[in-house]
Amino acid sequence: MDINEFIEKFAEIFEDTDRAEFQADTKFKELDEWSSIMALNVIAMVDDEYDVLLKGDDIRGSETITQLFEIVKSRK
Amino acid sequence: MYNPYSLENKTVLITGASSGIGRATAMECSKLGAKCVITGRNAERLNETFSLLSGDGHSQILADLTIEKDIETLGEQSPVLDGFVCNAGITTTKPINYIKQSDMDSLFSVNTFAPVILTKTLLKKKKLSKDSSVVFTSSIASETQAPGNSIYAMTKSAVATFSRFCALEFASRPIRFNSVHPGMVNTEMTDNLIFSKEELEADKQRYPLKRYAEPKEIAWAIIYLLSDASAFVTGTALKIDGGVTL
Ligand SMILES: NC(=O)c1ccc[n+]([C@@H]2O[C@H](COP(=O)([O-])OP(=O)(O)OC[C@H]3O[C@@H](n4cnc5c(N)ncnc54)[C@H](OP(=O)(O)O)[C@@H]3O)[C@@H](O)[C@H]2O)c1
Repeated sequence: MDINEFIEKFAEIFEDTDRAEFQADTKFKELDEWSSIMALNVIAMVDDEYDVLLKGDDIRGSETITQLFEIVKSRK
Repeated sequence: MYNPYSLENKTVLITGASSGIGRATAMECSKLGAKCVITGRNAERLNETFSLLSGDGHSQILADLTIEKDIETLGEQSPVLDGFVCNAGITTTKPINYIKQSDMDSLFSVNTFAPVILTKTLLKKKKLSKDSSVVFTSSIASETQAPGNSIYAMTKSAVATFSRFCALEFASRPIRFNSVHPGMVNTEMTDNLIFSKEELEADKQRYPLKRYAEPKEIAWAIIYLLSDASAFVTGTALKIDGGVTL
């Protein structure tokens, strides 16, 4: 699993946020476009692309994109 | 003792009886005197429900309701019924951008198509007696919007719609058909949702009664609809939602 690919797929979910804002250490919940519906989209993207079932608690427990990536990687 | 809610001398088939609302319904029905025919997929969990039933004369039948042959066998093996609780169901949380045909296939199969085919099968095999009562477990999801819940909600409004048509077509028998529409209930289905504990706690606070239902509290509404106390009630949708849709 590659972090850059993960960031790419993560960024694709968003409509208005500039691609440059998505970095490994981006605190995604601080993005203007972040919402509870975005959280559902992230969970669904990870299910589709990585076949890993994240839960709301995983989103809650992660601050950066890297932290979320590590959770997904550990469950692969 | 005078009790119009009694289920004495009634035989009731309950699907989804291996867990949650179905298990509680079977247990409560048996306490009110019903002979229960319980069904589910998981033998161990179904047997656990069986061991929790009061009184005797109950039976259990394993069936996967996504398999047409299993529905046929269930209809075959079922005794003549005074009540049928069509309750088995599954859910998923999918925002619209991620909906797949396979999500719809699996949810509609269990939540909508199986109830229709099983009801038809019981009717054709004359397993629903005159004056019997059928209760479908729908959900307040059939009329509320929560992100990610569109497929589940469609399956639940479809089954409630089917219930009303049954009510009309079989009123002359008479066989009564109604649906119950719970808000959130403390069952495995709710435990397995993707939402965090904090999100669920916040959701509970939206309920005027400030909590989710216990499975028994849905069972009691189902029992009302099965019993003679509801003899003039057909085609209705009964909400049991702690006031959340107010
Ligand atoms: N929990 C809630 O908050 C809530 C709210 C509104 C409505 N409801 C509805 O209430 C009903 C019962 O839900 P619950 O909360 O009690 O859920 P649950 O604890 O997850 O139980 C679901 C039941 O459905 C059975 N089932 C699932 N797929 C099946 C299949 N293919 N064939 C046969 N049986 C199958 C399961 O049997 P096995 O385990 O043996 O496979 C289990 O007994 C569902 O229709 C649900 O949509 C629930």
